[in-house]
Amino acid sequence: MAGSGNSEVKLLGAWASPYVARARIALNLKEVQYEFLEEQFGTKSELLLKSNPIYKKIPVLIHDDKPICESLIIVQYIDEVWVSSGPALMPADAYDRALHRFWAVYIDDKFVPALFGMMRAPTEEAKAESKEQALASLQLLEEAFGKISKGKPFFGGDTIGYLDVALGAFVGWMKAFEEMNGFKLLDDAKTPLLCAWAENFCNNEVVGAVIPETAKLVELAKVMQARFKNAPPAN
Amino acid sequence: MEEAKGEEVTLFGFWSSPFVHRVIWALNIKKIKYKYVEEDLSNKSALLLEHNPVYKKVPVLVYNGIAIAESLIILEFIEETWKENSIMPQDPYEKAVARFWATAAGDGLWQFFITEGKEREEALTSVINNFELLEKELIGKNFFGGDRIGYLDISVGWISYGVPIFEEITEFKIITEQKFPLLHAWMEAFSNSEFVKDTLPLREKLSERYRKVWEAIMQKKN
Repeated sequence: MAGSGNSEVKLLGAWASPYVARARIALNLKEVQYEFLEEQFGTKSELLLKSNPIYKKIPVLIHDDKPICESLIIVQYIDEVWVSSGPALMPADAYDRALHRFWAVYIDDKFVPALFGMMRAPTEEAKAESKEQALASLQLLEEAFGKISKGKPFFGGDTIGYLDVALGAFVGWMKAFEEMNGFKLLDDAKTPLLCAWAENFCNNEVVGAVIPETAKLVELAKVMQARFKNAPPAN
Repeated sequence: MEEAKGEEVTLFGFWSSPFVHRVIWALNIKKIKYKYVEEDLSNKSALLLEHNPVYKKVPVLVYNGIAIAESLIILEFIEETWKENSIMPQDPYEKAVARFWATAAGDGLWQFFITEGKEREEALTSVINNFELLEKELIGKNFFGGDRIGYLDISVGWISYGVPIFEEITEFKIITEQKFPLLHAWMEAFSNSEFVKDTLPLREKLSERYRKVWEAIMQKKN
């Protein structure tokens, strides 16, 4: 049964975070009422530090005062708790579930660092490397989509599933990078299936409400890039 | 041993890999009969590369011709495919906590092992921080899974041999009975469990391998 009131479910997050977007999309798909607590950029609230002492990162879902951390874990949790609300995000078959999980981990492991690597790269060479890795990852995901979707519009089949949420939450940032760098990450020639998928995904009502406008992300990216330039190297 | 008609389970592994050990423990607890294939990581088999083209790593579980890679994903697959002797908690929140710690528990340990000076101090602080929280998960329980070994015990089980080996090589104790009484007790209970006891290579052999890796890394730095 969906939460009986706003106070039961809280989400600590930020409007621009794609990891937070994963949680928000899942909550929306499951029609869960929740309170969105926006963290201020550059600071961490006491509630965040208390709820996620290990990583101190958003998103954190707080359900009946119990914190759940890590976006992919949060999405699975939402799927398992609000099980009778809307279609299941995870497929029924064990092997299909393993495939969704595998590619979601791959996205976090290989694709996302490359995607944001393009923004943080200190040299043109490093930037080119990140770009290559990002494109290579998307090529693998294109193949995976072909196998997993079985001709349907989403990784989840007819409806948005776990893996759609895992990747789809990054579409806003992908568009922002395309605009900033003047090249296509999703290309009709190289990744036609993912192009169609991205459109279907963004056309979904609950998704459209969560993914930020490209222009706003571009603006934020420019601010962040300036900070990275002025800050000492992270590693 | 449980094996339905027509079921074929093969595990591709490497003797010292903690990720492979996770799968072995899960297969044991679930009483699943399987074939084990030892890979030479310096000369990977064509089959391994075919089954795990993305990462080309062990472990890979092949079940009736389909391949599953990534140890934690394999654990969940095993749980969902063989219903008896459950290893996952039933409650979604407990599942979320277990999944979180499965990856977070080891954070910083490798860094602690292979660094020196200030870097090591930082890693150690992170490790102690994690262990203090992890210790709390054992309050009132013998294992993370409760009375029996579960998914989280299996996921962090490598700590039961890995940390003592790290401690031996770096000559620095992290998990003492005084500082972490529950973790300390858990390590012993886990190691002595019937599902774990005879699965690991000789302690000396494991220790030797880690020492070789450590020496190679240290040499590169200096």
